[in-house]
Amino acid sequence: MTHQMRTVVATSTSRIAAVLLGLVAIGLVFAPDFCDRQTLHLLAEIYAYICLATLWNLLAGYAGLVSVGQQAYVGLGGYILFAAALHLGVSPLWAIPVAGAFGALIALPAAALLFRLRGAYFAIGSWVLAEIMRLVAAQVSTLGGGSGTSLPASIVLAVGSTRQVRDNLFYWCALALLVLVISASYSLLRSRLGLALRAVGDNEMAARSNGIRVLGLKLAVYVGVGALTSMTGAMIFLQRLRISPDAAFNVNDWTAIVIFMAVIGGIGRLEGPLLGVLIFFGMRQWLADYGTLYLMLLGALAVVVMITAPRGLYGKILERWPMELAPIRMRVEKS
Amino acid sequence: MDWLNVLLQGVLIGGLYAIFAAGLSLMFGVMRLVNVAHGDFIVLAAYLALVVTQSLGIGPLMALVIVVPVMAVLGYVLQRVLLNRSLGEDILPPLLVTFGLSVIIQNGLLELFTPDSRKLGAGAIETASLDMGGGLSVGVLPLAQFAVACLVIVALQLLFYRTALGRAFRATSDDPATAQLVGLDNDHVFALATALAFALIGLGGIFLAVRSNFDPSLGPSRLLFGFEAVIIGGLGNLWGTLIGGIILGVAQSIGAKLDPGWQTLAGHVAFMIVLAIRPQGLLPKVQA
Repeated sequence: MTHQMRTVVATSTSRIAAVLLGLVAIGLVFAPDFCDRQTLHLLAEIYAYICLATLWNLLAGYAGLVSVGQQAYVGLGGYILFAAALHLGVSPLWAIPVAGAFGALIALPAAALLFRLRGAYFAIGSWVLAEIMRLVAAQVSTLGGGSGTSLPASIVLAVGSTRQVRDNLFYWCALALLVLVISASYSLLRSRLGLALRAVGDNEMAARSNGIRVLGLKLAVYVGVGALTSMTGAMIFLQRLRISPDAAFNVNDWTAIVIFMAVIGGIGRLEGPLLGVLIFFGMRQWLADYGTLYLMLLGALAVVVMITAPRGLYGKILERWPMELAPIRMRVEKS
Repeated sequence: MDWLNVLLQGVLIGGLYAIFAAGLSLMFGVMRLVNVAHGDFIVLAAYLALVVTQSLGIGPLMALVIVVPVMAVLGYVLQRVLLNRSLGEDILPPLLVTFGLSVIIQNGLLELFTPDSRKLGAGAIETASLDMGGGLSVGVLPLAQFAVACLVIVALQLLFYRTALGRAFRATSDDPATAQLVGLDNDHVFALATALAFALIGLGGIFLAVRSNFDPSLGPSRLLFGFEAVIIGGLGNLWGTLIGGIILGVAQSIGAKLDPGWQTLAGHVAFMIVLAIRPQGLLPKVQA
């Protein structure tokens, strides 16, 4: 006798997880009602880091493009926002998508150069690109040169007349960006392209012989990640109201920490970076009184995790309790 | 004459960059490992030299005798204990592990030595210069450093192509599995390569320390200079590395002459130009 078969992606756990995630997201929309200013800022910072870690994971964990130069796009996004707001009179909130467009625009020629370098050399090359942008930004005197610049009160007031209105707006923007990044990466990975991407991650040669255009695929991911990273950067510096080359293109803040988060949580899984971000913020709050100790500990933890559990802590959890919170693979089931 | 002087300074600093690059290139060549912490280890060696000269009251030249072996041992141990475990098909683990080390060293130095910049005094040689005629003069120290850099390249060349150790390096590089079959202990060979690279790091660290001010945040830029010299010269070519270092040094000193803010930028741009028009580097890979 024959069974009618069908392919499914969702599992019962993932359905529950999706509902819970939806509820949490809706709850977070109302955070300004019951959180003070500081907590809102912290939440927005956490959202930005989840975005950065997810995007880096997409690049390194899926497309095999291990970059240590994503600070190029964070800084670029921040600077585009400031330039658009200061010199073109664009409202800062509208400047965020503009920053995204510029990120994509710069990513194309950047890829043309950097894709000539293989593997680890691509990584260091991407860092050189970020340094070039930092040094160029330091030369632009209308944006404050090496010491940077602030958004003037007139522009800030145009966003919202009181501080509370602005804080809430910035918070919602950060949340919206987080939802955009998560849903974009999740739908990418579940799509045809995502399947191709995972094939490339498993074995590039085999993927190529199956007709996948590996280069085009990598380029698409690089450009897309560049655009969203720039938007995240614009968001981060809008919240700070101040930018300088050293802060904007900081390798420790926007790449080292992000990579450590992704690795500690678990690369090659969407849920991993999320866990890594939470661990980072936990450590930072806990060790707040000890200067840069948390950074050194985070680095050491990342090294230990990489050596002993290359799939990260989330990978360890999955070994123990197999579950699919955000499944992207199709399974065959009886209908 | 001004410009000739600029060129000359650039060439001489290029020797130092070639020393930075040689260690990086050695580790990559033998075990495909890009040491992201390379620059931070150079700065670490510079601080080590500072501590050694101050506590023992010896000069930088004598400090070499201590710092270079100490760094070599550190490299050997590091490779055996940590880096060998990160090697494999995937390029991410070694990259991440050395990135972690970079952050730890940078912040550790910051806590120990504060962000203030330091310099290692070298005595009379620091200000001594040779008159080349026609208003052109070169410092004895930069000239000596350049000469040492050339000697290092020659020595590495001989080591690679004339000695049993060099053969072991090339064999493990070509095919680690077969190298093991014919009796090489890969873990040991890799550790020796790293020890040698770290000896070069020690040398580069002291040269850096006597030549200019240094502080804990200087590491990443030294890594990038070394990396750029390797790529400009052509991967797997030691003389190329020297030429790459010189081109980078000249580009930087021309940039600095035009505008002090353009020094580093000009070097990076030169690198990008080479990448755009000749991605395989200027000199071909040496075929043994």
